[in-house]
Amino acid sequence: MNIQAIIADLSKTDPELYDRLEHVSRRSLFNMIGRKAAQVAAPLVAMAAVNRAYGQALPQPIVDVLNFALTLEYLEAEFYNVGMDSAGLLTGTARTVYGQIQKHENAHVKLLKDTLGTAAVAKPAFDFTAKGAFPNPFSNYQVYLTLSQAFEDTGVRAYKGQAPALISSDPILTTALRIHSVEARHAARVRMLRGEKPWVTGNTSPGVPSAVYAGDESTVHLEISSIIQGIPVEQSTQAWDEPLSKEDVLKIVTPFLA
Amino acid sequence: MKASPLQQQPAQKPVSVLPVVPLFSGRRMFMRYAGVATATGLVMSACTNNIIPEPLAGPGGGSTANARIGDVIDLGSGDIGVLNYAYALEQAELRFLELVTDNFYDNATDVEKQVFLELRNQEITHREFFKKVLGSYAIPTLTLDYSSVNFRNRDSVLDTAMAFADLATSAYNGAGQLLSNATNLAISGIIVSVEARHAAAVRELRYPNTTSFAGDDVIDPVTGLEVARLPNEVVPIASKFIKENLSTANLPSPMTA
Repeated sequence: MNIQAIIADLSKTDPELYDRLEHVSRRSLFNMIGRKAAQVAAPLVAMAAVNRAYGQALPQPIVDVLNFALTLEYLEAEFYNVGMDSAGLLTGTARTVYGQIQKHENAHVKLLKDTLGTAAVAKPAFDFTAKGAFPNPFSNYQVYLTLSQAFEDTGVRAYKGQAPALISSDPILTTALRIHSVEARHAARVRMLRGEKPWVTGNTSPGVPSAVYAGDESTVHLEISSIIQGIPVEQSTQAWDEPLSKEDVLKIVTPFLA
Repeated sequence: MKASPLQQQPAQKPVSVLPVVPLFSGRRMFMRYAGVATATGLVMSACTNNIIPEPLAGPGGGSTANARIGDVIDLGSGDIGVLNYAYALEQAELRFLELVTDNFYDNATDVEKQVFLELRNQEITHREFFKKVLGSYAIPTLTLDYSSVNFRNRDSVLDTAMAFADLATSAYNGAGQLLSNATNLAISGIIVSVEARHAAAVRELRYPNTTSFAGDDVIDPVTGLEVARLPNEVVPIASKFIKENLSTANLPSPMTA
């Protein structure tokens, strides 16, 4: 965990860093994230400690990424909170699945809000019909599944797209990756509820806005082709989940903002 | 310059184009120069050269060579080391899936067969990618031993498949922070979510209609964060099936207090 490097970097631009950290003395901060804890707890501890010291002064590019992530998590959490509360919508296996997903999305909201502190954006108001494009999302089970899949697969692509922007901060990058893989598990399971394969094939899925999978058919990475003799091309596309830029994600999400 | 940092033809003895990295953390200091070096396409060789003087067995095993049981295989250093680490895991996972699909367990359904065939084919593309991208820096082909798995028994196969997919996901989650090059990090991200999808799919076969697909055993129910493991935690687990000894000694490590 590169908390030392972060603090070293920050201290170069902020001579008062160690004063800000005075209530978390350097020694105790580092002890707190000692070797053992580093493996599991450090991302959280480090994020919280840096943030406690800094208030709104986390590096702005990181604040921007985390607020972008928080916005997506607000969307997902509210979608599942309302869905779970909608009488008759989610029963049986669907209720089991969405109860677990709801738990995770609310945890992600809390984690990101705690990390951002006062820099956290407020929860926007949502319109899950997307201005009428998806009528009755909370009474039509198939519409609910379709939107859920769109949000989860978009979430996977969104976190993936932001990972390189977090490369300077090990704890925050690692935390983002640990959320990213959870979103992928959710996406896989929701797809199965719809009778879809758990992995994205090509660049379409019935009923889901095409922007969600735009470019996901790629089979070329670092200029290396993954078209391999004996493997159907669509299965080569399944092996790679492509990133989406923040702009492309916002285009998908904006219709759902009230 | 669109050339990937990984695609240069490595010299016999990679030549450093970077300033000598001082004592303090090869990786952090290295990153400062990486942006400049990327333009030359020599990030990887430089990185390798700077950090380890003489690898034990790799790089140089070459992508077509076979390792021998008991060899110590140095995964290498810098981003190459991290990518070789991923390549080792992909080799191990793929071999397991090949054995599953070569002769399916008793009473496998058509759906289950299709899932495993697609898992295998996706892992082939991952393995081939790492093999090509690493070129002559690739570790050799590993010797894998799955005699502890009962390939006739559904539970034995599914338990192993599940453990592998969970392990791979946690390994990529923990390895991202070890990469210095943003392009390599992006590639790792493109692969890890597919591993997570595999994990969810196999868990659904093993424990259908439950929360297992994203169970509390792999995702902290309070934080919603999945497990991340470092190489020195992953390799001992994978070593159950790998007959060579993978050395993580030269891999980048996260800073500790």
